[in-house]
Amino acid sequence: MDIHEYQAKELLSKFGVPIARGGIAYSPEQATYRATEIGGSKWVVKAQIHSGARGKAGGIKVCSTDREIEQAAESMLGKKLVTNQTGPGGKLVSRLYIEEATDIAKEIYFALVMDRATERIMVVASAAGGMEIEEISAKQPDTIIRVVVDPAVGMQQFQAREVAYGLGVDPEVINKLVPTILACYRAFRDLDATMVEINPLVITKDKHLLALDAKMSFDDNALFRRPHIAELRDKSQEDPRETYASDRGLAYVGLDGDIGCVVNGAGLAMATLDMIKLAGGEPANFLDIGGGASPERVAKSFKAVLKDKKVKALLLNVFAGINRCDWVAKGVVDAVNDLQIKMPVVVRLAGTNVEEGRRIIDESGLTVISAETLAEAAQKAVAAAKSAA
Amino acid sequence: MAIFINENTPVLIQGFTGRIGTFHAQEMIDYGTNVVGGVTPGKGGSTHLGRPVFNTMKGAVQETNATASIVFVPPPFAADAIMEAADAGIQYCVCITDGIPAQDMIRVKRYMRRYKKEGRMVLTGPNCAGTISPGKAMLGIMPGHIYLPGRVGIVGRSGTLGYEAASQLKALGIGVSTSVGIGGDPINGSSFRDVFEHFENDPDTDAVLLIGEIGGPQEAEAGEYARDNMKKPVVAYIAGLSAPKGRKMGHAGAIISAFGESAPEKVEILQNCGVTIAPTPSEMGATVAGVINKLRKVA
Repeated sequence: MDIHEYQAKELLSKFGVPIARGGIAYSPEQATYRATEIGGSKWVVKAQIHSGARGKAGGIKVCSTDREIEQAAESMLGKKLVTNQTGPGGKLVSRLYIEEATDIAKEIYFALVMDRATERIMVVASAAGGMEIEEISAKQPDTIIRVVVDPAVGMQQFQAREVAYGLGVDPEVINKLVPTILACYRAFRDLDATMVEINPLVITKDKHLLALDAKMSFDDNALFRRPHIAELRDKSQEDPRETYASDRGLAYVGLDGDIGCVVNGAGLAMATLDMIKLAGGEPANFLDIGGGASPERVAKSFKAVLKDKKVKALLLNVFAGINRCDWVAKGVVDAVNDLQIKMPVVVRLAGTNVEEGRRIIDESGLTVISAETLAEAAQKAVAAAKSAA
Repeated sequence: MAIFINENTPVLIQGFTGRIGTFHAQEMIDYGTNVVGGVTPGKGGSTHLGRPVFNTMKGAVQETNATASIVFVPPPFAADAIMEAADAGIQYCVCITDGIPAQDMIRVKRYMRRYKKEGRMVLTGPNCAGTISPGKAMLGIMPGHIYLPGRVGIVGRSGTLGYEAASQLKALGIGVSTSVGIGGDPINGSSFRDVFEHFENDPDTDAVLLIGEIGGPQEAEAGEYARDNMKKPVVAYIAGLSAPKGRKMGHAGAIISAFGESAPEKVEILQNCGVTIAPTPSEMGATVAGVINKLRKVA
């Protein structure tokens, strides 16, 4: 789960990470009020969306007057901001973060990630802050510092010092940077994060340290024990198709094609998408209904997939193990009837009682086409979608 | 011989008396698995499915001499159950539970390092379908009848895609020595490489099928292991060739996955390591058949 910049800053500051003064605004009027509250003569208006690279997309503006703040707020609020990370649809801006402007002397890239290779929490930092990390790793790979944390004892002072000295900051800043690094680690560990990214972490002209931007992602599997994190979810930042499905316990990823897919198991679902592509078609989604495939789940999944109006044909691929194929087939027939599905539905069943399952599908008299193999199912679905187009 | 389990391996069920544990324990018993009892804290001293229930793993191992266990414990308590198994002297543990927090698994892996490598428990999973040595024993939730006993080892992340492979092999008359699910979680008990090592040393396995997917470094690592240490041929299919790049929020993940995490990249790495690639998921069986036929001709 992702959260907004202002939420990440609030969380991190509780652990001791220094942040600039700022406040949230939902309207241009509120934005100017916040600026007055903060004081000073220069502010930054920042669109709050779940994406980086907001600056280049017009989502971050430096202002010196109330008029400028109002104009910046009006240009952002209620609009969709398209960055190189949001996809062409962009993401809706419904809140702004107003922050005092900072005189930057040096920018640092600092992140903590869950490293799959070492299976531990790892610090990734670079003195080339401000740049995107892909850019740093391509252009200045030598500047990247990596430190792996032993989970038995947690991050040690010396490790934070190694990172701080490695970043080459002034001696008087070291004493601020070391506790900040440790604070980020504690936040990552105590909140079950999967990523903390501060880019840039800046050193101001008067030698202060500030997290100028902050991103945090969290382990969905751990939200049960982090209710105050789960509360921060903002559904307006998600694909509505994905929100609908995930609220019903289905793993769904929206894609751009016209063949709706319902499959049991993530690996088999990915393999099914591969087969559709190889057969010359485009899948509308990835959908894993879980290892079992009860008739209720099949019906729920069809409903979720049909929310996408681009879908012209459905492909159901179920490898029934414990759940027998005849049972799944009955569920499919009932779902097609109940939902009055008129578009072609290709059904590929495999596993226990497969002959009986196919007989039920073939004799149903519905717009259901049965297929025996994965390849045949993909070809039939692609053909059905093309003829329906 | 097979790897990890056979018809004699004494097995304990962790989370024995729950709905899911009960259902699958019965399936495993029906398949011929030597289930000697189970653990559910608070229900020790009772009998379930005709077998004794214990409060602790240590107590259960003392009484039954079990060497393997399977975990059906819910996500908040699963990591604890795995560590309990390791501490009780279990040699092989399968964790079926889906949804364990990543930091819990980090803790589990760190905890297991307190035991010497030779005596350390082997964990496969979590979030997997389990392990089966067809015709001998099943420690998992798979439909046992789709596996033909034979001499091909299977190791994969996905449950149902593994079933797909097994049934393609069966249709071609090819059997399986052991099929191991390593699970879909980012941090898991055993990697592809770890399982490869067992298959390479198993006299009853002639060839290995790897079923991988996008993300993580384990497929590439296994490819290098196969190139440097394995005499047995390896076939691989990588799911997700058509997967879009993850819509990630930050970039922090990208740096540690600089190269080798997309399906086409994994395919390229494996090919360069001498692994035979099944180009599509419907050709997993046929590709294995081709490799086996070549083996026979050489012999």
